[in-house]
Amino acid sequence: MTSRDVFLAKIRKAQPSPVSLPDVPLFATPAGDRASRFATALALMGGTCVTLQGLGEVRTWVADRFGSDAVIASAVRGIDGNRAINYRTLPASLEDVAVGIVRARFGVAETGSVWFSEDEYVVNAIGYLVQHLVVLLDPMRIEDGLQEAYRRPDFRTARYAALVTGPSATADIEGIMIRGAQGVRSLTVALVP
Amino acid sequence: MSKRVDHAKAASNFLAKPDHVSFHDRRLWDLRLKRDAQARGLPEWETLRDLASGIKEHTLSHLAQYVEQFVDAAEGNGVVVHFAADAREHNEIVFSLLSERGMTTLVKSKSMLTDECAMRAHLEPRGIVVMETDLGERIQQLDNQDPSHMVVPAVHKLRSDVAELFGRTIGTDPANSDIHYLAESQRMDTRPHFLRDKTAGMTGCNFAVAETGTVVVCTNEGNADLSANIPPLHIASIGIEKLIPRLSDLGVFIRMLSRSGLGSPITQYTSHFRSPRPGTEMHFILVDNGRSERLAMEDFWPSLKCIRCGACMNTCPVYRRSGGLSYGSTYSGPIGAIINPTFDLQRFSALPFASTLNGSCTSVCPVRINIHEQIYKWREVISARHETPFVKAEVLKMAGRLLASPTLYRATIASLGGALKRLPNFLLYNPLNIWGRQRDLPDAPVQTFRDWYRENRKQPR
Repeated sequence: MTSRDVFLAKIRKAQPSPVSLPDVPLFATPAGDRASRFATALALMGGTCVTLQGLGEVRTWVADRFGSDAVIASAVRGIDGNRAINYRTLPASLEDVAVGIVRARFGVAETGSVWFSEDEYVVNAIGYLVQHLVVLLDPMRIEDGLQEAYRRPDFRTARYAALVTGPSATADIEGIMIRGAQGVRSLTVALVP
Repeated sequence: MSKRVDHAKAASNFLAKPDHVSFHDRRLWDLRLKRDAQARGLPEWETLRDLASGIKEHTLSHLAQYVEQFVDAAEGNGVVVHFAADAREHNEIVFSLLSERGMTTLVKSKSMLTDECAMRAHLEPRGIVVMETDLGERIQQLDNQDPSHMVVPAVHKLRSDVAELFGRTIGTDPANSDIHYLAESQRMDTRPHFLRDKTAGMTGCNFAVAETGTVVVCTNEGNADLSANIPPLHIASIGIEKLIPRLSDLGVFIRMLSRSGLGSPITQYTSHFRSPRPGTEMHFILVDNGRSERLAMEDFWPSLKCIRCGACMNTCPVYRRSGGLSYGSTYSGPIGAIINPTFDLQRFSALPFASTLNGSCTSVCPVRINIHEQIYKWREVISARHETPFVKAEVLKMAGRLLASPTLYRATIASLGGALKRLPNFLLYNPLNIWGRQRDLPDAPVQTFRDWYRENRKQPR
């Protein structure tokens, strides 16, 4: 196998004359309330946004939407599912879970995205292996755009970080949009002040 | 000597199916229109293109330094980094990682690089089951075909093709071509593979961030996150041109990637892998495979700026009407026409001629690669090396004499209008003229432009 030094030397020898690195400015952001821009952008990506007051309303909303028999795993303190998870839970064991409940660290108004790391997910697979995902988001924690999001320090410390925008989707056959390709079939963001 | 890919001949197989061609053309043009709507929605779009191009040119001109920074950061994060000079080394590294751990299955998300390396063909005879989990890529795997498009790999197929294929391979009802049924069937067929023992996960890489050692992967299905977050081993294959210096640069590239390719503001999942989950392993394989040779080519190194969005393919009239498989390579469309000759000039010498040089590819490229100029430059290289097919060379010599002489040109044009009407089709559509295939000539105007101009503009007004 090729060594690091040989590999790098070959590249170094091939480099064209130096071009300087441009500064990336912060561009102006469209006007309007971040939470409503977030909801509009999320709808375009197939997600749903609801506003709920407190964890009590979240519990009621989940029970109404998914029924009392649904297998629910929660990574949110204060909401108990009927399938306990912790940092040692085997990812594959979430395969039969119907609903996952997670809290996003922040959202992005430009795209309707929510941000998670291993700290929010507890088990990363919860974001993908369950059938439906319910995401709690504090409407005060919404960034204007991706340019602001990528200036946050969170990406530097997370082992794993994901910007999730709506449910899993594919348009690979004749461009027809299918929600629920490999991952979650639906994604609902509950704005909980 | 490798066999020359005959693009025009391969395209005729695709053109023999008019329903497919018509759908393909409309679907890709629709993606182009969606891209335009997104671009118009951002006042800073053209500035973002400048920045994206500038960041990539800077990185490529300091590539060794950024690869080194990336490797140091990744190793500091607990990732094992491997170096593959070529496809063979890449495939051997993957196989030893799997076999040393007793892994028998590899679940993976889409990667142009592993296709480029023909990795499945290396692993499968050695007893590894490779599961492509992206729907389009899985369709192509089951059909033993290359992807025909880098973002929508099975865009050349209609639902009836997929129904027939799935009926033959994964046991669905071949008469049921309902798209929801087909997608659901693939979901049910694929998902159990993520959960099994002795299974490793693999992803490609859209961006590799030097300062943090982070690998960024963009998917709509979430299949990269499933591949990386369930198995105990995650392997990421990374072409060295994927490097970018800073996290904040993602604020440029992530804003442009899916807007350019699919016309959506972002992919459903943008995932950042920096360090393995506790108790699991993460391995990065950095792959050269001809990239440093291309970096040394004065005219052609800017093609390494490509972020694989597919915008140049969606807009290209030749690609839309010939289909990706006709390019005979992992990379098709305008970007394929300039990348492939750097791997094998003899084999791919026809591809730079599969273009009208209209420049549409260049005008939509988010990183401002001068694609049509590179296509033209490849034609010069190929002509200089006498790689141009004989007929094309002779026709171009004639055209050259004609265009070099104003008198000869005018005399020819004046008589051509009548000639076009009188010439029998066997002359216009003879086998020497590949542009005449599958095309009708427009009606010749009654008057040449020169005659019109002399009549209407002779006296200054």
